Amino acid sequence: MLLLELYVFILAGFVGYMVIQRVPPLLHTPLMAATNAISGISLVGSIIAAGTGYHNNPVATILGFIAVICATTNIVGGFLITDRMLKMFRKDSGATKGAKVGASASK
Amino acid sequence: MRDLFIQGSYLAASVLFILGLRSLTRPDRARRGMQMAAGGMLFAVLGTLVNHQIADYRWIAGGLIIGAIIGYPLGMRVPMTAMPQRIAISLSFSALAATLVGIAEYHTQIQLDGAVALGHAKMAALGFEVMLGSITVGGTLIAAGKLQDWITSKPMTFRGQNLVNGGLFAGLLGMLAYLVANPAQSTVFYVMIAGSVAFGLMLVLPIGGADMPVVVALLNSYSGLASCATGFALGNVILIISGALDGVSGFILSLLMSKAMNRSFSNVLFGAFGSNEGGKVASTSEAQAVNAINVEDAAVQLAYAQLVVVIPGYGMAVAQAQHQVRELAELIEKRGGEVKFAVHPVAGRMPGHLNVILSEAGIDYDRLLTDVDDANAVLQRADVAMVIGANDIVNPAALDDPGSPIYGMPVLTPWSARTTMVVKRGMASGFAGIDNPLFYRSNTVMLFGDAKRVASDLVAEIKGMEAGH
Repeated sequence: MLLLELYVFILAGFVGYMVIQRVPPLLHTPLMAATNAISGISLVGSIIAAGTGYHNNPVATILGFIAVICATTNIVGGFLITDRMLKMFRKDSGATKGAKVGASASK
Repeated sequence: MRDLFIQGSYLAASVLFILGLRSLTRPDRARRGMQMAAGGMLFAVLGTLVNHQIADYRWIAGGLIIGAIIGYPLGMRVPMTAMPQRIAISLSFSALAATLVGIAEYHTQIQLDGAVALGHAKMAALGFEVMLGSITVGGTLIAAGKLQDWITSKPMTFRGQNLVNGGLFAGLLGMLAYLVANPAQSTVFYVMIAGSVAFGLMLVLPIGGADMPVVVALLNSYSGLASCATGFALGNVILIISGALDGVSGFILSLLMSKAMNRSFSNVLFGAFGSNEGGKVASTSEAQAVNAINVEDAAVQLAYAQLVVVIPGYGMAVAQAQHQVRELAELIEKRGGEVKFAVHPVAGRMPGHLNVILSEAGIDYDRLLTDVDDANAVLQRADVAMVIGANDIVNPAALDDPGSPIYGMPVLTPWSARTTMVVKRGMASGFAGIDNPLFYRSNTVMLFGDAKRVASDLVAEIKGMEAGH
């Protein structure tokens, strides 16, 4: 089982390398936001921990609870900000004319 | 049947994550791709919620709601200029989540049977998970503090620091090894965590503000590796996959950033470069004169230019001048000129930072030149190279002064344009704390003032010229 997991790790590393190497510098900031959002998948482990039940295991439940908050924050915030950022990249909108700075501009 | 659904959802999520990241290779496909990845995440979470191991849903529900409430403004309200610190804080959350899950798992095993059944491999995974997670928590908190200016962005160093850090790290590794051999020694486990947080803090304290792009990318990588270790510890393959993707991504970015600053990795981490404060007026050997220009004359030059290349730096973002700069570019283009933006890889405080700031202001991305060589080729035929809030990335000393601390760093070459126009508040040095010979060249003019005010004054001037015709 561990060996299988190591295979997955190595293969995922290769795939990651090949995919990410081709992301242009233009999109490096959205890349960091995107990988941060994806890291929210740890919610999966946090949910199990938080779901063990306070009576059975209070420590795991509380720690899991905090972890759920952290992971959910990253998922919600991360995907929202990545989407918001990617929306800003426009091309041929009539040169730089007619820019809709809109609600996403700095408040 | 239920297990099949759960595993199926994880598989789908893995595929969608990879496809989502791959879509980031093209700006026009990127948004759709990431929305699919979000869908994958939702699927995986739903799949987990039907896991029969869950006894009580109340804490989960509470956590989900609170997390969504905190996450929403972080996603929708943070301006692009604050992205680096926001990413740093998010990284601390993800590292914290990984660490806490590791602690919870360890604690459960201890409670069960005194960790007697904890295998060496699993203990090693748990150990790496909490160690990397804790280091990242410590590091990202300091990084966020420096980026938000809560802590000084000057590197904080003391003598023998590398020895202390090295010793601390060796100690941590020692504790980890001991734990793998004796999983039941819970005191060592918790001491290791505390030590790791301290190590993380001490690792980032000596790093200066200008080196933040490398550090943030590196912390991104560590956070991914901590997630990966979680996957090994819990036997959860999707955690391994996404952790590996994260880890690799952060690593590639930090290498790219180091290369763009022409400094080796170890030099950034342990060299405490940039130990002069930015903002101090750099002393020159002889008092040299600069050609100062006023707004009216600058406006004329820009208004009649065929090709203007704007070189923005972090200073422009700090001054919040990007919208005025966009207006200026539009005016010049309306008059028949062409405007391009040369974005150096380490401009800003995180990889690709200035690109999103300019895009947020409404500038089309095909106006952005992100490759240094391409940009320099365009600069050669430019009438005006306008440097706004940038300093070290346009310093010729990097090319022709072997004694300079930034020698060898790839820089943009605004001096190859017919005129270089530097917009600056004063003669203070950049983060490298060194003087910039660019300012004294004969074809360079200095336009002193705050970037935002200067840009809007230029816009007003050019509009005034048109009204006068």
